[in-house]
Amino acid sequence: MVEEIKKEIEKIRKYEFLFSELVKRDFKKKYKRTVLGMFWSILSPLLQLIVMAVVFTRFFGRNTEHYIIYLFSGNLIFSFFKDATNGGMHALMSNANIIKKINVPKYLFMISKEVSSCINFGLTLIIYFIFVAVDGISFSPRFFLLVYPVVCLLIFNIGVGFILSALFVIFKDIQYLYDIFTQLLMYLSAIFYNVSAYSEKIQKLFYCNPVYVYITYFRQVVIGGIVPAWWIHVLCAVYALAVLITGMIIYKKYNYKFMYYI
Amino acid sequence: MKKIELNNISVSYIVGDFTNRGLKDVIIQKLKGTYVQKEFTALDGITFSLDEGELLGVIGTNGAGKSTLCKVISGIMRPTAGTMAVHGNIASLLELGTGFDGDLTVRENTFLRGAMLGYTRDFMNRTYDSIIDFAELKEFENRKFSHLSSGMKSRLAFSIACLVQPEILILDEVLSVGDGGFRKKSEKKMLEIIKSGATTILVSHSLAQIRRMATKVLWIEKGKQIDFGETKEICDKYDEFIKKK
Repeated sequence: MVEEIKKEIEKIRKYEFLFSELVKRDFKKKYKRTVLGMFWSILSPLLQLIVMAVVFTRFFGRNTEHYIIYLFSGNLIFSFFKDATNGGMHALMSNANIIKKINVPKYLFMISKEVSSCINFGLTLIIYFIFVAVDGISFSPRFFLLVYPVVCLLIFNIGVGFILSALFVIFKDIQYLYDIFTQLLMYLSAIFYNVSAYSEKIQKLFYCNPVYVYITYFRQVVIGGIVPAWWIHVLCAVYALAVLITGMIIYKKYNYKFMYYI
Repeated sequence: MKKIELNNISVSYIVGDFTNRGLKDVIIQKLKGTYVQKEFTALDGITFSLDEGELLGVIGTNGAGKSTLCKVISGIMRPTAGTMAVHGNIASLLELGTGFDGDLTVRENTFLRGAMLGYTRDFMNRTYDSIIDFAELKEFENRKFSHLSSGMKSRLAFSIACLVQPEILILDEVLSVGDGGFRKKSEKKMLEIIKSGATTILVSHSLAQIRRMATKVLWIEKGKQIDFGETKEICDKYDEFIKKK
């Protein structure tokens, strides 16, 4: 038993180097040969936010406090989710050349992608907090709670990445299907509107959408100024773990078969 | 001690997915239970074993399954049937120069490749200079990888893969890397590793090379094992087979 644990630790240590190199590569590649480089991580969500704010404030902003932050919270979380899962889906196929020639654990490519989108998310998060301060919401120690939904979302993304990357190897159409799916999910995530316009029953249905749960956590902490209810905490973890476990099972079952396809 | 043992190893690729057959048909067939995966058998019942320090030459015409065999032994691909045992750390050089990232610099690529081959960061920091020196790419260190010529690319790949002392070495058509000078150097390096007692698998179309270096020869044709045994005997048979064609 001790031997086995030692072996696992050895393995992780061995791949720690590869892992950090892969994250570095993803990051360097993303903005290679662009003039603004890393600023795009900040600029693109900002531009998106401006357009949404200009268009929607009139319709939805009247009865929502701190509407800009409300919008930004939704956008921030949703972009992270979309970016990370899309990257995860392509992670195996875009590294097919390497996977075919060198014996490395394939999931590392996927997880490194997830981590580099998480770093990207971190950059946007800084801008988010600047907006929060400018909008007159004072900083509170409660904000440290936000680590919780971020970690859950990261785990959730890794799980989705496992599922999508496995599917993508076998069934290429998944990329278009997933595109439509995320688009629809965005409308169901209450990014720019407030769910209070719906009846209680329908409001509850929104919690079936994991992304909405994570967004809600953010809004409650930052705008609402409260610690979310215990069941929201549970929901965050349950979604994350359920998807991760499903993903891992699918990956474990099919990962050696990828080689027969690519 | 047996270093490599393969027992009735088979590999089949899956050809044709939903696109060839149409999703509708696939679903209907799956429901009916008549769905059969179309397969292409790349290797069919390969059996051989190698002792420590032996050099196996693998011969066969194009598409015989030589590269697939290398992939199976290096652990990249899991065989669809059969059992195998491979003892010792492996350095496999398959199709050099691919799998690098054109956008990154030579230096970044070297570290990335080193990490993939399972080297530690310390090791890479220590040996980086000798890798670049061996590849004769010192002045290109900070160039983009895509700006290198294909010969330079394979030189770098070769240098990274060979600076360790592997117990098992797998060479897929790589002893013809780079220009004349480098070729000599790389062959010398290879011989050094082989002489130090590494078990080697060498895929080559040069029968002269196989005759010179191999202690055992495996001949495969269209995935099937034609023969395995002493170098001279099998090379002579193969020679005859080629002439008849």
